[in-house]
Amino acid sequence: MDSAPLLGSLYVAVAWLAIALLALISPGNAFFARHLAFPLGALAGLALAAFGLQAVWSPAEQMTLPLGLPDLPFHLRADPLAGFFLMLLGSVATGISVYASGYFREETAGRLALIGLQYHVFLASMAFVILADDAYLFMVAWETMALSSYFLVTTDHRQPAIRSAGFLYLLIAHLGALAILLCFGVMHGGKGDYTFDALRAAGLTPLWSTVAFLLAFFGFGAKAGMIPLHAWLPEAHPAAPSPVSALMSGIMIKTAIYGMVRVIYDLIGGVRWEWGILVLVVGAGTTLFGVLYALMQHDLKRLLAYHSVENIGIILLGLGMSMVFIGFGHPAAGALGLIAALYHTLNHAVFKGLLFLGAGSILHSTKLRNLNDMGGLIRTMPKTAFYFLIGALAISALPPLNGFVSEWLTFQTALQAPVLQNGVVRSLLPLFAATLALAGALTAMCFVKVYGIAFLGRPRESGNAAAPAGGYGHDAGNMERFGMAWLAAGCFVLGLFPTSFLLMLNRVGVSLTGQGLSNEALESNWLWLVPTAAAQASYSPVIFLIVIIGVTLLAFLLVRHFYHGRVRFADPWDCGFPDQTSRMQDTADAFGQPIRHVFGPVFLMQRHMPAPDDRAPRFSLKIEDRHWYLLYLPVARLVGYLSSKIGLLQRGRISIYLLYSFLTLIGLLVFVR
Amino acid sequence: MSLASQLVNLLAAFLLLIAFAMLSQRRILTLIHLFAWQGVALAASTFLVAHTTGQTHLYFSAALTVLLKVMLIPWVLHRLIDRLNVKWDVETLINIPTTMLIGIGLAIFAFALAAPISQMASTLTRSTLGIALASVLLSFLMMIVRRKAVPQVIGFLAMENGLFFAATSATYGMPLVVELGVALDVLVGTFIFGIFFFHIREQFDSLEIRHMEKLKED
Repeated sequence: MDSAPLLGSLYVAVAWLAIALLALISPGNAFFARHLAFPLGALAGLALAAFGLQAVWSPAEQMTLPLGLPDLPFHLRADPLAGFFLMLLGSVATGISVYASGYFREETAGRLALIGLQYHVFLASMAFVILADDAYLFMVAWETMALSSYFLVTTDHRQPAIRSAGFLYLLIAHLGALAILLCFGVMHGGKGDYTFDALRAAGLTPLWSTVAFLLAFFGFGAKAGMIPLHAWLPEAHPAAPSPVSALMSGIMIKTAIYGMVRVIYDLIGGVRWEWGILVLVVGAGTTLFGVLYALMQHDLKRLLAYHSVENIGIILLGLGMSMVFIGFGHPAAGALGLIAALYHTLNHAVFKGLLFLGAGSILHSTKLRNLNDMGGLIRTMPKTAFYFLIGALAISALPPLNGFVSEWLTFQTALQAPVLQNGVVRSLLPLFAATLALAGALTAMCFVKVYGIAFLGRPRESGNAAAPAGGYGHDAGNMERFGMAWLAAGCFVLGLFPTSFLLMLNRVGVSLTGQGLSNEALESNWLWLVPTAAAQASYSPVIFLIVIIGVTLLAFLLVRHFYHGRVRFADPWDCGFPDQTSRMQDTADAFGQPIRHVFGPVFLMQRHMPAPDDRAPRFSLKIEDRHWYLLYLPVARLVGYLSSKIGLLQRGRISIYLLYSFLTLIGLLVFVR
Repeated sequence: MSLASQLVNLLAAFLLLIAFAMLSQRRILTLIHLFAWQGVALAASTFLVAHTTGQTHLYFSAALTVLLKVMLIPWVLHRLIDRLNVKWDVETLINIPTTMLIGIGLAIFAFALAAPISQMASTLTRSTLGIALASVLLSFLMMIVRRKAVPQVIGFLAMENGLFFAATSATYGMPLVVELGVALDVLVGTFIFGIFFFHIREQFDSLEIRHMEKLKED
């Protein structure tokens, strides 16, 4: 490709906008939106991924658009960081768009046209967020992104629960946007120039740069879903149609990570280690909290949403470590932490997109979202089950898939702690690494639960036993399967060839921190990944894969030829209890019980135990988020109280209103005298 | 003090007197006449200032004032109250003597406020700035204490008179373009108010403002 990456990315974003408009005005049962819009959007995504990749390896480019307000034009810029996120956006959006073209095919024309419009505006606004080179365009794109995704979340707006989920999302999105706006205001310092170049050169005092950091961390954190601002994620993700959940969880919350890195590393600059500690503490809390609550969920999409919270925590841990190292003057280790965080960002986008698409296929085919009702889906949906398994293995950080690589890199960053001068921080860092390890183990347990309960076993609820023998539902359609296969392939590529991505991310690190990895790390070849020095640690996913395959084949052959070698079909052991029903299987709630017991104080539980003589016993369990009672509801009550007081001003009488302005006028006149 | 300056002060006094008269007037028809007379005083003082200082654009302002505020708007308001049939007495929220007392307080306040500015200004008409401010505030007060929609609109228009006078007395008037724009706004505003009156009456069978309290959100 000869064309410059910036111009190409701009064309892709404009193409998405054009598709959005065409989808809206297409007549005749929404032919365009039904058959062409999403595949074309996927092609555009592919092109964007290519341009992004090119931008990572090219010098930074800038461009001014003849749009915007007078004297306040839009500025665009493509540098390695933007290129990396453009690649993420393009490649993941490709898979999701292909999937969406199958998923939305049966919608009614009116709804489909609207979904086509909002979906592609959403994609284009995310591209503009990444391309923006001034605070003005950034905020315009950021708000467009929030609004278009709000309308996508409330696609089924006739259900009150979905409307309230959408409202919560919009509220927190706007709180975050307000903080970001204030952050730009602090950086800008009243000079009237909002380009990122001007913000970079602002030269803030330590106090003001800390204020700007706090605002940026809060604002972007609200979008990313870190605690205690995560409340919208588990509400909005289940409410949205599945491809939209995949887009939001896979890509949109990553734009918040992009914003965080862009503002903190690039615009504010001069990263301080105290900031890193704050990011680490919040990240560790988010990780643990997210995974513990995920384990307690039985709504599949809600569970995945809590895992998004957890993975944002993991990314924040990487970022926090990187900031600590940079703050103490170890840019090489800092670059490693940044690379680990960005790598995990890409990985999470791919596997969480895949898992949400899988959950969407289950929902589409069986209309089930409660894990306690599922079971045995592997028989009716074998292909979906296969792709879901890949996603589950990847998120559980099992080698040789991609989740492992980035978590391993994060651990490697934590192991650089001995270079730090400050003893307290040096001893804290392993603690955060331990948190990450615990979260990894709990994640694996959670996905054993999801996969075991949903795909293995037999259908649980009696209502579904009437379904055709062996299960219910049908497998995903061709387009849906292709979308999932694309992302599953991504899990393998990212997991098996990490070195090329490491080198790519190294360029991002160099462009932001001025220094990259050690020379030995840069010389690591396609086979061996070396983050710091070969004497310290190295990892070869390909050899790992070969060993796994070899051991499996060996075991298979040994069993086949030297053991009895037959396949036996038999009833499972029934403990001597003759009347077994499928409801006797372990349920999702039951599977999480040990963890619920161990971490009891974390949860707010309401249990209903049936009495011993109950003829129709029914056990019910409700787990609630403590944040609602400790943070959200008090704030909501305070706002309600203040509003009712301010509401007294509104008397509905023109005379009173005139009196207000009269008294203000008099007051101002007295003041200016 | 020159004759011209004394005459301007006299006209300014008339303006203030009319403002007070409007505040105490109960009948809508008389209110409109008073408004027209205020326009006459305004136009005469503007003409006088234009003549003495040779600011030619003030002639246009004076002509515009006569055309608009002495003839056209009073005529429109006349038509309006004929059509709406609202010639009866105006009710006030606060009784008239109390309103007058508040008005006197406002006039003193306005003079106190204008004193330092008048010291600085070098114009012929500087001593009238206090009067101009006072008439703005009095018209505002009239808008607050009236219950019916028509007197409120007259109060609004009278406020514009006061502002215009303030502009003339402090700086020999605003640029002509601005004045033209303001005049057009006032005219359009009057028409819009007229249309609203019909709609309000259609909706509530009355022009009493308190009916609109129902629109309040609870």
